[in-house]
Amino acid sequence: MPRLTATQRHSVRFRLNGHPVEGSAEPRMQLADFLRHELGATGTHVGCEHGVCGACTVLVDGMLTRSCLTLAVQVDGCDVRTVEGLAPERGRLSVLQAAFRRHHGLQCGFCTPGVLMSLDRYLSTNPNPTEDQLRELLSGHLCRCTGYTPIIRAAMEAAATLASSTRQEDSTHV
Amino acid sequence: MKPAAFDYVRADTLDEALAVLAAEGGDARIIAGGQSLMAMLNMRLARPKVLVDIMRIGDLDRIAEERGRIVVGAGVRQAKLLAWSELAAKLPLVALALPWTGHEQTRSRGTICGSVAHADPSAETPLCLIALEGEVHLRSARRRRVVAAGDFITGMMNTARQDDEMIEAVSFPIRAGNGYGFREVARRHGDFAITACAAIASANGIRLAVAGVADKPEVRNWPDLDGSALDDALNAFAYELDARDDIHATARYRRDLVRQIGREVIMEARRCRA
Ligand SMILES: Cc1cc2nc3c(=O)[nH]c(=O)nc-3n(C[C@@H](O)[C@H](O)[C@H](O)COP(=O)(O)OP(=O)(O)OC[C@H]3O[C@@H](n4cnc5c(N)ncnc54)[C@H](O)[C@@H]3O)c2cc1C
Ligand code: FES
Ligand code: FES
Repeated sequence: MPRLTATQRHSVRFRLNGHPVEGSAEPRMQLADFLRHELGATGTHVGCEHGVCGACTVLVDGMLTRSCLTLAVQVDGCDVRTVEGLAPERGRLSVLQAAFRRHHGLQCGFCTPGVLMSLDRYLSTNPNPTEDQLRELLSGHLCRCTGYTPIIRAAMEAAATLASSTRQEDSTHV
Repeated sequence: MKPAAFDYVRADTLDEALAVLAAEGGDARIIAGGQSLMAMLNMRLARPKVLVDIMRIGDLDRIAEERGRIVVGAGVRQAKLLAWSELAAKLPLVALALPWTGHEQTRSRGTICGSVAHADPSAETPLCLIALEGEVHLRSARRRRVVAAGDFITGMMNTARQDDEMIEAVSFPIRAGNGYGFREVARRHGDFAITACAAIASANGIRLAVAGVADKPEVRNWPDLDGSALDDALNAFAYELDARDDIHATARYRRDLVRQIGREVIMEARRCRA
């Protein structure tokens, strides 16, 4: 049973978007700050620091996670995914990201990293969402710019695109 | 803001966690899902000397049926209980209420037992546990004890838990044949309820539990009242809850919600009664 003392920095290791990373943190350091300040992964944003705005949302071991309500030391050994991991390769956007661009799903972009993580995770397990389901999912995010409608449009289109591409893949396999 | 400094202990076993609580008492805090505690730490409303993380203790995330009860261990996250295939059949009230607890993004981390330990007066899980006459299973290095949910929660974020105790599990009795209703009003789906009502209709009559108005969930048992007798009972209950004005709603609005949605959930529960 490790006891990490308050005033020292402790080594923290995990996989970030598939790659091993390492840094050091006092026990009180939020995962959000660890990502941004220790690892330089500034894609994840920090708004309210009490779980309400959703800007800091990431995936930890497949679970949607507020990185402001999680300590860096808690994710030691875990699999962490952030907005930096969404694009399939440099210079190419994911289907969801491209739909956001097309539909103006972002304006200032502050809320976007968290919104994308929630939608990406949700669409991977619910490929045929209704608009109501997406609105309920987005209740966990605050966007001060878009009024949410373009976000919903982008997400619905991304869901349809992803569904038709999996259908095509399925039919090429038969 | 950022938390004040604390030691962090990742317990591998229940005994390790209990040993820290025994040694440090009120200076130690358990961290489960962190969805309430971390916000309090960030705002420095809580300044523990040591945090004990219980989420890597094996076996604590069990959902089990034992002697006519569903036992939910301290490691069970809200999303896990919600996804449990037997939830609607065994605990219909919890299946109705849990989707209203926070958001997909907080249920994925927050635990059922953490919600009971936190004892927010608006929270859905303590409301259901009290409505269903559930129990809180406490454990310390010295002893184990079981407390009725209604006795466990003593006020706003106050419970009968001693400093060296943790909630090992909570348990809900399974009652076949009852009908259930749940509704809440919040500014936005997933926000804390301004008022939440849960009703149970059984062969003996009706049981109505209300959260968000008094400093803890309150319950009344009535025979199968109807018409103006039911209106009178609801009105009396609404006043007995001693509602207060706050930034979200006036006392008068809260009383009105108790009368309106109280009646709706009672009717819904009766319709569902076998
Ligand atoms: C944006 C947002 C919206 C929310 N909306 C709602 C809502 O609508 N309804 C609702 O009910 N909740 C809501 N919550 C809070 C809910 O998500 C929390 O999960 C819950 O209140 C606490 O559970 P936890 O596992 O996260 O506990 P933690 O935050 O880890 O702990 C909370 C408290 O309980 C203690 N504790 C935890 N587990 C134990 C245990 N096993 N034994 C003894 N003590 C323990 C801790 O020491 C701490 O004092 C919301 C949270 C957020 C961030
Ligand atoms: S910064 Fe984490 S939810 Fe707002
Ligand atoms: S795009 Fe500005 S907050 Fe959402």
